[in-house]
Amino acid sequence: MADTIYPKLIGARLRSQMSYRASFAMDFLTQVIAQCYELLVILILFTQIHALGGFTKNEVLLMYAFAGAAFGVADLFAGQLDNLPTYIRTGSFDVLLMRPLGTLPQIMCSDIRLRRIGRITGGLAVMGYALANVPIDWSPAKVVLTIATPVAGAVIYSSVWVVACSTCFWIVDGREFANAVTYGSNAFTSYPTNVYSRPLRWVMAYIVPGAFVAYYPSLALLGKQDPLGLPGWVGWTSPLVAALAAAAAGLVWRFAVRHYRGTGS
Amino acid sequence: MIEVRELRREFKVATSKGLRRNYKTVTAVDGVTFGVEAGEAVGYVGPNGAGKSTTIKMLTGILVPTSGHIQVSGVDPAKERRDLAKRIGVVFGQRSQLWWDLPLKDSFDLLKSIYRVSARDYGVRLEECVELLGLQELLMTPVRQLSLGQRMRGEITAALLHAPELLVLDEPTIGLDLESKERLREFLKDINTRRGTTLLLTTHDLDDIERLCPRLMVIDHGRVLADGPLDELRAEVTPERELVIDLREPGPAPDVPGVTAVRSEANGMRHHLTFRRAETTAAQLITQVVRQVEVHDLAVVEPQIDDVVRKLYQREVAQDVHR
Ligand SMILES: Nc1ncnc2c1ncn2[C@@H]1O[C@H](COP(=O)(O)OP(=O)(O)OP(=O)(O)O)[C@@H](O)[C@H]1O
Ligand SMILES: [Mg+2]
Repeated sequence: MADTIYPKLIGARLRSQMSYRASFAMDFLTQVIAQCYELLVILILFTQIHALGGFTKNEVLLMYAFAGAAFGVADLFAGQLDNLPTYIRTGSFDVLLMRPLGTLPQIMCSDIRLRRIGRITGGLAVMGYALANVPIDWSPAKVVLTIATPVAGAVIYSSVWVVACSTCFWIVDGREFANAVTYGSNAFTSYPTNVYSRPLRWVMAYIVPGAFVAYYPSLALLGKQDPLGLPGWVGWTSPLVAALAAAAAGLVWRFAVRHYRGTGS
Repeated sequence: MIEVRELRREFKVATSKGLRRNYKTVTAVDGVTFGVEAGEAVGYVGPNGAGKSTTIKMLTGILVPTSGHIQVSGVDPAKERRDLAKRIGVVFGQRSQLWWDLPLKDSFDLLKSIYRVSARDYGVRLEECVELLGLQELLMTPVRQLSLGQRMRGEITAALLHAPELLVLDEPTIGLDLESKERLREFLKDINTRRGTTLLLTTHDLDDIERLCPRLMVIDHGRVLADGPLDELRAEVTPERELVIDLREPGPAPDVPGVTAVRSEANGMRHHLTFRRAETTAAQLITQVVRQVEVHDLAVVEPQIDDVVRKLYQREVAQDVHR
């Protein structure tokens, strides 16, 4: 019973969008094509090489698909944080603070754009293809891991997004920074982590826990050794990492909101 | 209901001079202390930039104070914002809490869910507001199509659906025409006296205060200049009252000790007299006047609230000069 309000808020948002009759189909298609474009890059790359960091084309596609689906889900909810600078600059963030609800869930429900489902659809399609074409020794645990991975990944991305956007409470153009971090981490996680150079790897794989979105879960599913030397069970820890990331993001957000200063009028 | 002690809020603002970026600190609220009892109606006034909105935002948990103590409705707004939000209603004249693209009624329905108002309470409260504020025709209109006055009535309804014990309003009558203002005042007066909802409102229209708030608080430069019953403040800063008499026949002003004739109009048919309220009562004065001249009509004029506030500001300036 606790939170039946959020579906209602989302519903309200969707009805608002209907009132403008945006071309849903067109937007949806654009998103699918955007996703396919990145796919094309990988496919072209593999016409030149046979393996990337020791992974075959389909294995890389699996990582890419996990990352894509996770990013799609995160985008659906946390993508609304794009509007945060506007909320802050115009002072309409005041209204969120007037209500007996958390500010973060309110923003997340504020401007859901269903066309973003296009991205998720694209990710899921590639995921289906890759899963059918890589050698996996299936077990019930691995089925659970397969389902949990995009969800945990979405939570990790969203947490990164929240932390990056929290800077908007101090920096006027925090959005540029936030976009760089989030889209950057999406690009990073779409490829095997071991292909990157060391300093970048450290930051993007472990501090921003990007390697836990797709890379480690994929290793666990494939039953492969980590070329970077971490033990096999690490691939099963993504949900835990996601929970930690979410908790950290929550703390950062709370701290940031205390620095909200509103506008002079 | 409200307890505020030594409340301060500073803002760091950038002042760019050439390439160097400097920061200076603006103190918007500078050591404000006051209390409001349940059921009161308090007017919070002051010139632009005085710190009214900043105070209100701290009281409602929107801004975190730099220092000081606040308790509203038994909770600390910055720490228990969500708890507080359930107990108070907030209206900003300059901001909307309604869903812009949806019919007004949809916003009310959403707020019902947000505040978990039971269907029964919701029905009763909504009907009351709709009736008193004349919203019947507007419920199905998208908010963006409402006029300012219509929207403001919607905003006030929205703030009252969860039956808050305190209603805080920041410039609720800004931009409204006389009739809309009057209607709003009537309504607010009603919920204050009949339902016992505590009111705290800021305004630049001092008629709002005259009609609604027995108590006036004046703030400038982030400090409270005066706080007390409107009548007392009036008596304190404008000790003189005015008596206007219309005579039957043109003639000189009556000569009563302790009374100054300020001016006469209409060829000596009307005279304005001032007297100090501490020295004589209006009744005594009138008895003496009618003994001397034949009076057609007379009226005691209280100083305008604008004059009271202006005098309070001037008093502060004078004190600053003394220091
Ligand atoms: N977000 C902010 N950033 C910087 N300065 C601010 C901010 N909010 C308020 N101030 C400053 O604080 C002071 C008080 O502002 P406030 O909005 O509280 O005044 P006010 O009494 O509501 O005035 P008005 O009658 O014009 O609404 C002003 O000097 C204003 O410039
Ligand atoms: Mg203001």
